[in-house]
Amino acid sequence: MTNGGAPPAQPLLDVQDLAVEFRTRDGVAKAVNGVSYTVAAGQTLAVLGESGSGKSVTAQAVMGILDSPPGFVTGGRILFQGRDLLTLGKEERRRIRGAKMAMIFQDALSALNPVLSVGTQLGEMFQVHTGTSRKEARAKAVELMERVGIPAARARVGDYPHQFSGGMRQRIMIAMALALEPDLIIADEPTTALDVTVQAQVMDLLAELRREYRMGLILITHDLGVVADVADTIAVMYAGRVVESAPVHQLYKAPAHPYTRGLLESVPRLGHKGRELHAIKGLPPNLTAIPPGCAFHPRCPLARDVCHTDRPPLYDVGPGRTSACHFWKETLDGAR
Amino acid sequence: MAPGEPLLEVRDLVKHYPLTQGVLIKKQVGAVKAVDGVSFDLRQGETLGIVGESGCGKSTVARMLVGLERPTDGHIRYRGEDITRLSGRAMKAVRRNIQMVFQDPYTSLNPRMTVGDIIGEPFEIHPEVAPKGDRRRRVQELLEVVGLNPEFINRYPHQFSGGQRQRIGIARGLALRPEIIVADEPVSALDVSVQAQVVNLLARLQADFGLSYVFIAHDLSVVRHLSDRVAVMYLGRIAEIGTGEQIYDHPTHPYTQALLSAVPVPDPGARAHRAGASAGEGRGRILLSGDVPSPADPPSGCHFRTRCWKAQELCARVEPPLAVPAAFQDATGPTRHASACHFAEERRVVPSE
Repeated sequence: MTNGGAPPAQPLLDVQDLAVEFRTRDGVAKAVNGVSYTVAAGQTLAVLGESGSGKSVTAQAVMGILDSPPGFVTGGRILFQGRDLLTLGKEERRRIRGAKMAMIFQDALSALNPVLSVGTQLGEMFQVHTGTSRKEARAKAVELMERVGIPAARARVGDYPHQFSGGMRQRIMIAMALALEPDLIIADEPTTALDVTVQAQVMDLLAELRREYRMGLILITHDLGVVADVADTIAVMYAGRVVESAPVHQLYKAPAHPYTRGLLESVPRLGHKGRELHAIKGLPPNLTAIPPGCAFHPRCPLARDVCHTDRPPLYDVGPGRTSACHFWKETLDGAR
Repeated sequence: MAPGEPLLEVRDLVKHYPLTQGVLIKKQVGAVKAVDGVSFDLRQGETLGIVGESGCGKSTVARMLVGLERPTDGHIRYRGEDITRLSGRAMKAVRRNIQMVFQDPYTSLNPRMTVGDIIGEPFEIHPEVAPKGDRRRRVQELLEVVGLNPEFINRYPHQFSGGQRQRIGIARGLALRPEIIVADEPVSALDVSVQAQVVNLLARLQADFGLSYVFIAHDLSVVRHLSDRVAVMYLGRIAEIGTGEQIYDHPTHPYTQALLSAVPVPDPGARAHRAGASAGEGRGRILLSGDVPSPADPPSGCHFRTRCWKAQELCARVEPPLAVPAAFQDATGPTRHASACHFAEERRVVPSE
C-alpha cells in the first residue's frame, strides 16, 4: 500500500506497521500486528473486518484513546499531516483530537453524556477548543443541528440525548464530530445499531458532509454492503493485520485474498433465494494464540505448507492493490 | 410450498401493553400497541420470514407464538386447536412442539450451567421425551447434529464463541423434537463468516427434520435466503405478505419498496444505478424521511402514511386491509398478493443479478 499508485502529495493519514497489544491476566493479546494504511484528503477508506480483527483498536490508537493499560502501542508510526502522533505529548494530542480529527461511535446513547443537554455538549466543543462565549456556542450548536438535519433544531437544542431517536442521536454524534471542521473523521460502525431506512439516511448525510468539507473519512464496518456504497478504497483486516487493500470496485470484482473472497461469498444476496452459502470454515483465531505463518491458514482452502511457516508479506498485486497471501496470483486468477 | 392445511393459523393477533400512571392507584392512560392485528398461516415444512425494523412488533409476535406472552386479543391455532387460552398441562403439551431460538447467544444461555445441562433442561420439563438414563446420550447426539464436538458436554458457555453458542441455543431448541421453530434474529449477533455457517445449519436441519420455521430478522438478504414466504411488518401490522419472489421482485407496498431499496448491496456497481433517484420517481433508492412513529400513538388509518410519499386523505381515514389490492385482482403473475395499501402499485427496487 505504501508505494502502490504513489499519490503526489503526502497522504492525510499514513499508518505504518502499527502494533498494539493488550496485556491481560490471561496473557498478551496481540490485537494489532503491523497494520499499514493511508487516507488521502477527501477520500473514504473503509476498514472491513469481523469482531476481533483489530479494526477498532487501530482506530483508537490513531485517535489516541486506547485504554492504557491494558492496551499498549508497541511499534509503528502514525503520520498525520506529516507528524508522527506517537511522538507527541498528551496535551498536544488532546488539542488535535476534536479539532483536527474526530470520531463517531457506534452507540450514540452511551457515547453522549445523558445528564447534559445536546446543546451543551455541542457547544462545549467550541468553548473548550476555540474559547467562544457560551451564548455564541449555543447558536453554533443550533446551526450544527440544522446542518445534520435535525428538525426544529432551535426548539430541541435543550433536549437530552434520551429524548431523541436512534437515528437523530447518531446525527448529533456526527454534528459533534463535525463541530470544529476536522480534517479526518473516523466513524466506527456508525450505522450498525440503526434500522435500514435510517441507516441509509445517516450514510447519505455522512457522505455529503465529507464531500462538502473535503474531509478524509475512515469508515470502520463489518458490513460489505455499506462499504460498497460509499468507500473509495478498502482495507480488509484479519487477526490484527491488513490482509488486502484495493480500490473498491476491484476488490469486489476480483478479490486477491482468500479471506476477502470467502467473505464476499458468504453473504446472502437480496436478488435470489439461495442455495447453500459458501461459509468460511472454522472460527477467527484467539488473539493470545495467533497461528504461526499466515494467521488465516487454518481456515483457508488454498493453504499449503509454506502458509504454516512463513508469514506472507504485503505483496503488490496491482496499481494501488496489496494482498498478504502467498498465492495471491492464484486467488486473483480464480476470481476472474 | 407444502400442500395441506396450515400448521399454525394466526388471526387478528393483538398485544397491547398498558401505560399506567400513579403509584398506588394505577390508572391506565394508554397502551403501547406493539402488535395491532396480525394474521398469517404457517404450513408444514415451510419457512415464513418476518421482516421489519425495530419496534414493528415482530419479536412480540414471536413471543406470543411460543407462549411467552399472552395475546390481548386474537387467536393462534395449532393444528386447528386454539392455543391462545390454554393453560397448565394442555399448554405444556403444545409448547413442546413450538420451540424458540433467541437472538443473543450471550444472554440466552445460563453461564452457570454446563452445555449438557442447558441442552438437557427441556427433558426435565418434558421427561416423556427422553428417559433419565438416556439423556446424556441424547444431548451428545444433539451436539453432533448442530456441528459441535460431543465431548464439549461438560463445558460452560463462556468457553464457546458466539457462533458456537448459537449452535447450543439451536440444539436446545431441537431437543424436544418440535415441529415448529420460532427463531428471533438468530444470526444477527454473529460475524459474517460465522453467520453463513449458522444459516446453512438452519437450512440443513429443516431438510433433515422436516421443521417449519418462523424466521424473524431485520436483515432482508438473510430472510430472502431462507424463506419460502415473507411478511413485512410496520408498526404492529403486516404491510405486505407473499412468496419471496412476490415480495422482493414485485413489491407493491410503498414501505416494502422503501425498505428493500435502502438495503446496502455488496456491489459497488449498484451505487450509480441507485443514487440520485428521489422518493416516488423511477427506480433507484427511496429515502424515507423521519422516524417510525411511537406505537403508543400510531397514526390513524394506515400506519405508514406519515412517512409515505403517496399518502392522501383517504389513508388517514381508512385503514387499508391486508388483501390483494383491487388493481391486481385480475392479475395472474406475482404482483397478485396481499398488500395493505390503498394505492398499491408495482415497483422493482432490487437490482437483478
